[in-house]
Amino acid sequence: MLRASLREVSAALKEGHVTPTELCQRCLALIKSTKFLNAYITVAEETALKQAEESEKRYRTGQPVGVLDGIPIAVKDNFSTAGIETTCASEMLKGYIPPYSATVVQKLLDQGAVLLGKTNLDEFAMGSGSTDGVFGPVRNPWSYSRQYKEKSVPKSHPEDEDSNWVITGGSSGGSAAAVSSFTCFAALGSDTGGSTRNPAAHCGVVGLKPTYGLISRHGLIPLVNSMDVPGILTRCVDDAAVVLGSLAGHDPKDSTTIQDNFKPFELPNLTDVSKLSIGIPKEYHAPGLSSEILALWSKAADLFKNAGANVIEVSLPHTRYSIVCYHVLCTAEVASNMARFDGLEYGHRSDMSKSTESMYAATRREGFNHVVRGRILSGNYFLLKQNYENYFVKAQKVRRLIANDFMKVFRSGVDILLTPTTLSDAVPYIEFIKEDNRTRSAQDDILTQAANMAGLPAISVPTALSERGLPVGLQFIGRSFQEKQLLTVAKWFEKQVKFPMIQLEEVKRHDHGVFQHQKSASFS
Amino acid sequence: MAAAVRGCGGVWRRVWQRGAGGLAPRGQRAAAGSARGAAVPAGKSGPAPWVPVVGLEIHAQISSNSKLFSGSQVQFAAPPNSVVSFFDASLPGTLPVINRRCVEAAVMTGLALNCSINKRSLFDRKHYFYADLPAGYQITQQRVPIAVNGSLSYSLCTDNKMSQMVTKTVRIKQIQLEQDSGKSLHDDTRSQTLVDLNRAGVGLMEVVMEPDMCCGEEAAAAVRELQLILQTLGSSHAVMAEGQLRVDANVSVHHPGEPYGVRTEVKNINSIRFLAKAVDYEIQRQIEELENGGTILNETRAFDSKLGCTVPMRDKEGKQDYRFMPEPNLPPLILYDAKSLPANMSHQQVVNIDWIHERLPDLPSVKRAKLVEQYGILPEHSFTLLNEDGLTEFFENVVKQTQMKPKKVIGWILNDLLSYLNQHSLTVKESPVSSSILADLLNLLEKKEISSTAAKQVLVELWKGEGKTPLEIVKEKKLELIQDQGALEQICQAVIDGQENEVMAIKAGNHKVLNKLIGLVQRKTQGRSNPVLVKQLLEKKLLE
Repeated sequence: MLRASLREVSAALKEGHVTPTELCQRCLALIKSTKFLNAYITVAEETALKQAEESEKRYRTGQPVGVLDGIPIAVKDNFSTAGIETTCASEMLKGYIPPYSATVVQKLLDQGAVLLGKTNLDEFAMGSGSTDGVFGPVRNPWSYSRQYKEKSVPKSHPEDEDSNWVITGGSSGGSAAAVSSFTCFAALGSDTGGSTRNPAAHCGVVGLKPTYGLISRHGLIPLVNSMDVPGILTRCVDDAAVVLGSLAGHDPKDSTTIQDNFKPFELPNLTDVSKLSIGIPKEYHAPGLSSEILALWSKAADLFKNAGANVIEVSLPHTRYSIVCYHVLCTAEVASNMARFDGLEYGHRSDMSKSTESMYAATRREGFNHVVRGRILSGNYFLLKQNYENYFVKAQKVRRLIANDFMKVFRSGVDILLTPTTLSDAVPYIEFIKEDNRTRSAQDDILTQAANMAGLPAISVPTALSERGLPVGLQFIGRSFQEKQLLTVAKWFEKQVKFPMIQLEEVKRHDHGVFQHQKSASFS
Repeated sequence: MAAAVRGCGGVWRRVWQRGAGGLAPRGQRAAAGSARGAAVPAGKSGPAPWVPVVGLEIHAQISSNSKLFSGSQVQFAAPPNSVVSFFDASLPGTLPVINRRCVEAAVMTGLALNCSINKRSLFDRKHYFYADLPAGYQITQQRVPIAVNGSLSYSLCTDNKMSQMVTKTVRIKQIQLEQDSGKSLHDDTRSQTLVDLNRAGVGLMEVVMEPDMCCGEEAAAAVRELQLILQTLGSSHAVMAEGQLRVDANVSVHHPGEPYGVRTEVKNINSIRFLAKAVDYEIQRQIEELENGGTILNETRAFDSKLGCTVPMRDKEGKQDYRFMPEPNLPPLILYDAKSLPANMSHQQVVNIDWIHERLPDLPSVKRAKLVEQYGILPEHSFTLLNEDGLTEFFENVVKQTQMKPKKVIGWILNDLLSYLNQHSLTVKESPVSSSILADLLNLLEKKEISSTAAKQVLVELWKGEGKTPLEIVKEKKLELIQDQGALEQICQAVIDGQENEVMAIKAGNHKVLNKLIGLVQRKTQGRSNPVLVKQLLEKKLLE
């Protein structure tokens, strides 16, 4: 049951095969037994059960509010949740309980979803491993899968098992792990430079970053306002479309959302891709791209070609400048956004009381980790009067060029771009921490952040398992506000590749459901 | 009235010079000499004169129900921290949403100040850490403000009498929309800072005036005119004492023909009177400093109204880098005009500049011209009428209800009503005598039922506000003119009989002495005699 898709379990709720409370309890139990993953920062057991009970009443009277009614979900801990602690995995916001809910959270609750808890992340979403939060790193559920164990863990050294676990990617690693380990049916992440797609790829789930402005950011504690988008993590593309439909549209509280209301859609089953034009951007053949992923990428391209699609190589010439511009723009906005954390109105406040200034300084030194402090420092440097033109303005100009690259390609007739999501499969934690956060972010965001610079919708679809038995995802990038087309193609692709389901002992113990459809044939 | 001249490089530039008696501003009017219209020294030789340059930055709180970017109320003197939204307190994840009313107020103000309205303006973040700035930055319009390149005409007296007025113009550089900060209260004894965020996020219009003024009086007159305009538009209450209008003055001095001197910024000015004082003090201080071989620092100074001087502001020491950055949460602010207005969009959905333009009320300058034309009063009287809130309406109501000519009514308004109100620190609305009662009184006078002396006596009674009508007071005090000519003749005769010397003088041809007799009759009748009639009677008796 827990391994079912959102739409399947919604149908089961409707038919009464399971009640919202049962479902919620099962998820909560699984969260407990998978606690070692560290996917959740806060489990809102009490409110979740209450919400499930409310949902149950609605089902009993035959008046569920929609597909999401009674569906257990999780939300990244950088979305404000009224009455539930929202920490951003930072000392700065430990104990902070927002008095209001983010628009996306409120929309999910209004549609009957059951909020199980808040998921782990890198502090203030700054990172690509979900390793740099104050609550410790998130462990990738695939580290404990039969697939990974069989291929990677040396049978002779069982004591190594614990040091062999791999990262989830980030910064929405907690959300990705939660969906991947079946503790919830959908989760919200946020995506500024790839923070939803990257962990989705590493955890074998679908990760959607919608067009900038399609979903409200109100209540999302910002990283980079001009690039942040709430992200959606689900087990399959159809589920992503369902969640998107419940979140998208104008929000009077966010002036950067589209003016129009969004019309939710169901994805058609594409049978003919011959009218599609798939672009393969050559610049995404980036240094450090593993041969394994490269092979999968071209295999995917062939898949489209063989099905009759027009697959062409395209060029996005400014891609190589993207990551450095992203760094300038990101740190500048971070420096600005983090200015509010001064210990006065909320959050951590240092005991230092010599003067207001010394209190600020001590509060910020104690409250932020070195990654956040480092970005604030460089951001302020870029914003100094004497540097503004040379860095910030220049980076903005290049950002425009990057966006123009995409526009040209789409205008030339390309419908969708196909790229890898990550350079390689997930690396073990002990390997990952050998490099610092900045280096890691620069490497890991390389294939994803250009879509944020251009504001375009992009989705990572689990494609195959690597030689080590870990998930690999490929990314589709679509035209602005053309989510339906993007998701339709992604769904077709998903159907072709038959990504295998994760084999987790913990889940088997908890799950005695009716959806044991083993996907056998797989893409690799 | 004198011809209008531009403030910048205008002919009426005051010259400040070290005189024999020290550094007093001498206020000479200098004729336009050079092409730049620079000041000409008042003395023939001696040290070069100084030309002061004054520019103003004025923050006007927008009169609106809710704040610039949040839905919380704007309320003066509400309990501390009682009108603070999540956004105002900068709770993480909150976003700004612009208030239409504030945009419209800025457009209105821009139009009234002859500005070009930018159909696309942008918001920026200005960063600094301060306890009453919860977000650590202020949202303002640094790069592309909502209105630019305007002008403001204002008038001031060139001498102590009201009759010599001159009109000047100051250029308006720009008007920008921005957020107000909260308020910090420093409790030094307990070394605490208390923060009130009620004001945080209230909409402000920052009006930047070019350095086209040259003395405190000009600055004060310009601000006064701006204040009247804002109040007429209703875009700001603009009460300085309540902080709705805050003025910072940029002051420098230089010798004619030389580049502008280093300027200082004077803050903490909370009345128009203090503005004039602060600017003049700062000009003198700079001249003195420079003449003593010193230099002027580019610093921020505060005006100490008790000491009447400016002092350097300690907490503003050191150069601030505000690290300006575009506000990413607000798209460009787009305004429309009749031409660019998208089809099926009304002024309720978008801000239409032309729609606002058509509905602008008469500005003070137009109102004054209309008063002068309609009522035949003097221009300076029109200034006084507009200067007091409600006085024009009071005047017009009196005029409507009386047969007395407006030219005569204005005297009663300005000399009697206004001076009484000023003495008792009352506003026009608080006047114990309403416009209709004053009209009743003036009608009695106009119908020659009482003398003007009696009318003044009635007014004294009326100020007491006991609810009596002028007629009642006249009756009670027996102030009506003596209509019985025989009785009046008798009184005149009695006066003549008692003043032999005066009668002789009159008969000898000194007719001026007649006035003394008229006065005596008036005294005897306690002002109840018609002086014209008395004069006739006396003349008849003495000269025929």
